[in-house]
Amino acid sequence: MLELKNVSYEVNDEAVNKEILKNISFTIDERFVAITGPNGGGKSTLAKLIAGIITPTEGRIFLDGKDITDMSITERAKNGISFAFQQPVRFKGITVKDLITFAVGHQISTQEACSYLSEVGLCAKDYINRELNASLSGGEAKRIEIAMTMARGTALSIFDEPEAGIDLWSFQSLIKVFEMMHKKAGGSIIIISHQERILNIADKVIVLANGELVNIGKKEDVLPGLLVDAPGCSVLTEKMKEACNG
Amino acid sequence: MDKITKELLEQVADLHEIPVGAYNIRKDGELYGRNVSANIDIVTKKDKPGIDIIIKDNTVKESVHIPVIISQSGLKEAVYNDFYIGENCDVTIIAGCGIHNGGKEGSEHSGIHAFDVGKNSKVKYVEKHYGQGEGTGERIMNPTTKILLREGSYMEMDTVQIEGIDSTKRDTSAKVMDNAKLVIKEKIMTHDKQYAETNFSVDLEGENSSADLVSRSVAKNESYQVFNSEINGNGVCHGHSECDAIIMDNACVKALPALTANNVDASLIHEAAIGKIAGEQLIKLMTLGLSEEEAEKEIVAGFLK
Repeated sequence: MLELKNVSYEVNDEAVNKEILKNISFTIDERFVAITGPNGGGKSTLAKLIAGIITPTEGRIFLDGKDITDMSITERAKNGISFAFQQPVRFKGITVKDLITFAVGHQISTQEACSYLSEVGLCAKDYINRELNASLSGGEAKRIEIAMTMARGTALSIFDEPEAGIDLWSFQSLIKVFEMMHKKAGGSIIIISHQERILNIADKVIVLANGELVNIGKKEDVLPGLLVDAPGCSVLTEKMKEACNG
Repeated sequence: MDKITKELLEQVADLHEIPVGAYNIRKDGELYGRNVSANIDIVTKKDKPGIDIIIKDNTVKESVHIPVIISQSGLKEAVYNDFYIGENCDVTIIAGCGIHNGGKEGSEHSGIHAFDVGKNSKVKYVEKHYGQGEGTGERIMNPTTKILLREGSYMEMDTVQIEGIDSTKRDTSAKVMDNAKLVIKEKIMTHDKQYAETNFSVDLEGENSSADLVSRSVAKNESYQVFNSEINGNGVCHGHSECDAIIMDNACVKALPALTANNVDASLIHEAAIGKIAGEQLIKLMTLGLSEEEAEKEIVAGFLK
């Protein structure tokens, strides 16, 4: 179970304190939890706070009752948190197999490494010895990112917009991956997404806007109000209305 | 074979025992062992230290090992090795030098290698430099490589210096004729107060000649690296050079690429990038459970693989 208590995150931008996240509290114990909301609302920042890449300026984070706020990225990873980045990182010389091996945490057979790749729709023999460098397309790198997270098999996994850039591979396959991960490791999977099809599988939906938690609850309760209530740009809203009317 | 010799041979030539095929092992300035084959002859030079390696036309799938071992502190030597590779060959040449310096005085090896690669021949040249030893004496290596690639020939030079060399100046020059291609892959890591200088100078003389020079290096601690590369395109040719360096601690890396096109159909490219390990690479590996130190080690190892 993941619990955030009064978590805030501020950055000092040009000597002005800017609050990126304001007093966020929630618990996550469900199977699939979607975090959604407009761009710039603080979703990715929240994911980074949970993974330990940044630390909150206020508030505490608990994993299964244990305070992890002051833990490093590595300690959190070892305590069972995985994080699939929105933008996969490229390396020089490090192969896909190396990365899957790091993710699993011990030496694995090529066959085992291949099993993770095939789950994300990649033909293992084409990829296993390839470097995860700039020669891979965005979609390929993204699927490998998902395979790494899957290989870790931790009780808490965070995916930051996993569907972005994935072309031919269907949403259905991505959802199958989540289901399989849950079956294997239990725990919770947090998915940051704008996609309705992803939101539809969520047991709980969290809506963030302007750094604040604006709604949280079951998808049946949260989703209908999502578009209506979304705070947006008034000029843009007017333009869209005009477009619709015209 | 004593322990130090064995260790050094393993490091520089991946040899665990006396190799098969042609070889010439030089140890502390003297001949330690030699074998010639039906197609590969090795002859001691009469006018200066060194050997001639003569490979007959049409020699394929053969290799020559010519490692050099220095275990005597204070030994300084310059060795001239000339390779005459006939036409239509396909051979692998494994050179390399290992210095074990257990004393106070500097040990120094300068290997001057000249290659004359015959028409349509293919050569893979592997060179590895390595130093060890508990002594305070410096370990110095200054390899010079001169290459002539005749019509339609191909040479790949893999040169590696990962550890233990305090000072090195590596000069490589080449002349590439019609339809010939030169590929150089260099890997260097320096640490402490080490100094490494690389000088590539390639003349693309022939029609459809090409060169691809790639250097990857890691500079740690207080070490200093200089990378000079010069490609002169004198005909219809393709030249590419790339210097990619990771800098750590208080190290310094200087890259000075030069391209000269003397012909309107010369196509020359240079890429250079120097920078510290990307923060996002460290973070990614840490989210997989590696510590920061482990992540750094893996990134460097991958980069120099």
